[in-house]
Amino acid sequence: MLTRRNLLKGIAGGAGAVAATPLCKEAQARGAHQLPDDAVGLLYDGTLCIGCRACMSACKEANDMPAEHTALAIGNYWDAPLDISGKTLNVIKAYRSGTATHKDQEQDGFAFTKVSCMHCVDPSCVSACPVSAMTKDPHSGVVHYNVEACIGCRYCVAACPFNVPRFTYDQAIPKISKCQLCQHRMDEGKYAACAEVCPTGATLFGPVIDLKKEIERRRSLTPGTQTTYPRGKIGGTDSFQGPVAHYVERTYGETEIGGTQVLHLSGVRFELLNKPPLPKVAPARISESLQHAIYNNLIAPLGFLGTLAILAWRNMRPKREPAPAGTAAPGPTKPDGGAP
Amino acid sequence: MTAATTSHHPEPAPLGGRIWTPFTGVLALLVVIMLAVLATRFIHGIGAVTNLSDGYPWGIWIAYDVVVGSALGASGFTVAFITYILNRGQYHPIVRPALLTALFGYVMAGASVFFDIGRYWEFWHIFVPRYAQVNSVLFEVALCISAYTLILFLEFLPAVLERFGMVRIRQKVDRVLFLLISIGVLLPTMHQSSLGSMLLVFGPQVDPLYQTQLLPLLFLSSTIGMGLAAVTVEGSVTSLALRRPVEGDLLAKLMRVGQFLAAAFLIMRFGDLAARGQLGNLFVARPLVYLFWVETALFAAPVVMLLGPAGRRPSRFFGAAALLAAGGMLYRIDAYLVAYNTGAGWRYFPSLGELAVTIGLIALEILAFIIAIRVLPVLPKMSRRAAPDPA
Ligand code: SF4
Ligand code: SF4
Ligand code: SF4
Repeated sequence: MLTRRNLLKGIAGGAGAVAATPLCKEAQARGAHQLPDDAVGLLYDGTLCIGCRACMSACKEANDMPAEHTALAIGNYWDAPLDISGKTLNVIKAYRSGTATHKDQEQDGFAFTKVSCMHCVDPSCVSACPVSAMTKDPHSGVVHYNVEACIGCRYCVAACPFNVPRFTYDQAIPKISKCQLCQHRMDEGKYAACAEVCPTGATLFGPVIDLKKEIERRRSLTPGTQTTYPRGKIGGTDSFQGPVAHYVERTYGETEIGGTQVLHLSGVRFELLNKPPLPKVAPARISESLQHAIYNNLIAPLGFLGTLAILAWRNMRPKREPAPAGTAAPGPTKPDGGAP
Repeated sequence: MTAATTSHHPEPAPLGGRIWTPFTGVLALLVVIMLAVLATRFIHGIGAVTNLSDGYPWGIWIAYDVVVGSALGASGFTVAFITYILNRGQYHPIVRPALLTALFGYVMAGASVFFDIGRYWEFWHIFVPRYAQVNSVLFEVALCISAYTLILFLEFLPAVLERFGMVRIRQKVDRVLFLLISIGVLLPTMHQSSLGSMLLVFGPQVDPLYQTQLLPLLFLSSTIGMGLAAVTVEGSVTSLALRRPVEGDLLAKLMRVGQFLAAAFLIMRFGDLAARGQLGNLFVARPLVYLFWVETALFAAPVVMLLGPAGRRPSRFFGAAALLAAGGMLYRIDAYLVAYNTGAGWRYFPSLGELAVTIGLIALEILAFIIAIRVLPVLPKMSRRAAPDPA
């Protein structure tokens, strides 16, 4: 519980932390964060996806998430999430237009897209979280959530430009839900369940460097020709032959807010898939640069405080007058310098 | 009974009189309604009483109770700054009421945060270095607001000690009062500007009319204006309600500063929009633009109204103060809620439950203020003009 003593101690400790930390960090405007060397992520190629949603149920199972009943659900048996939520970390959504007869076609066609955490290189959620409940692994680059630390302020929810962290508003003991790239399975030597289960290689797991090479390779091929696609994880043994698709120019996640570790390829424009363009510079970088500039080693605040203290002390010096000791209603020592 | 100093100000004294009137009764009722809503919130979760969603994870409990509430509470630090740092001793009579308003404003903001955060029992993580995340603007804001609330308690302590005749402690507190006052000016400067910086990490989710690196300065300048306006409104209302003469000269001079800040806010805002090439977007017909212009009018009106000697008339500066405070409020609500858009399909309007809590907190604040001025020495003792204090 929050007692006054704890509070005092805490403020002392916290103030110490504020004073000390900038000293060991880059104090001025900070540069862009770089992709960690061993960064892992996902490549989602919408042109390969068949919308089977096997990745969604695998995700539920791997992360022990409850089924979600929505308007789509038949009876009370189906898990039918319409979007990611406090109960759902990964959703495949469909775009459809007109007759919706042709795959990956903007007119009279349809296309699939995946919604889940992008594992940003410079994540807004990590920068926002006041209590280090959101952290980015320095090696794998996976963005983790630690429920033990979380105070439930939802600053991360508001900050994430992909609208990814979700909150369980319906719980008295709530928490944040977001994809953590099946970190617990990686620790067991496995990898992300959605990629492992995907029958078409549409969701592919692997080191981000290799995923980027694979994107380059797919883009360099002539649409319509045949090629080999890896399935499950990159560098694995499973693969299959398939036709080369036609891609739109943009790779979603390549530059968005400083780049992400989950990358999307698509046959239709990303705007149609509810993935609007985002600036290249991470908002976290702008925000932190400004904060660091203002609070550079706390020099400015301490200087300001010193000035204030000197002025206040001069103006508030008690007047040398005998204090009326023992009176029930003593006149206050007027901190008044009198009219100047 | 002697006054220790030969100050020309009347000493503050408890007002006395009846606490329970029909008005305070209504206030108490509003507080009870709030408590009922809060019981539901703590038993069934935030979703049970609010319209919050993952598209609008923050609602009026943050945008109004915390962001606006604490800005109005800036009355405390601005008046303390003017009185003690700029050494304008004539402002003494309004220091205590201003500190008291600030104290209640900040306690209300703190209470609201406690209702709003989902995992409130972990709140202490903010104060533990192990969890500290110094890059988070919210971390700085939370720490700073907590520390300042404590400082406000201490700043106000002399009034309480005086009431209960605790001379010794009173003298000790007085000795460090200059330091408390200084910290009490530094901390709000920091967190009030940071309340603006908090929106920076939202990036493109905040409309370009509002998203700017000048946010900290815009928030700070409007906060000080709002704080001064709050003192002016409160000072006028208290005087009217208690049928005392209005501290006309003082309040008029305060609003001169307010006028200057409102003008500074407008210049910075339009200068920034021009520098970012956004002026053209001010003439697009959409709700946010209308609100922008209402804000602009609310900030511009006090600047114009207070021009010239007519600005010293109570009706003028009272009106100007009310408009300035409203402008600051609207600017904050717009920046936090209306200009925020995380993508298609999300909507937010406060639920009855959210409104009940916000209204309940305001009622509690007014109630506490009324009780405080009746039992504690807050307002200057006011014997009728003809009967000066027997020295
Ligand atoms: S499992 Fe693969 S093919 Fe099926 S919906 Fe998921 S990504 Fe698409
Ligand atoms: S997508 Fe959102 S939740 Fe995921 S790492 Fe990026 S900012 Fe954080
Ligand atoms: S809700 Fe939890 S994880 Fe998100 S910012 Fe707040 S404390 Fe951090």
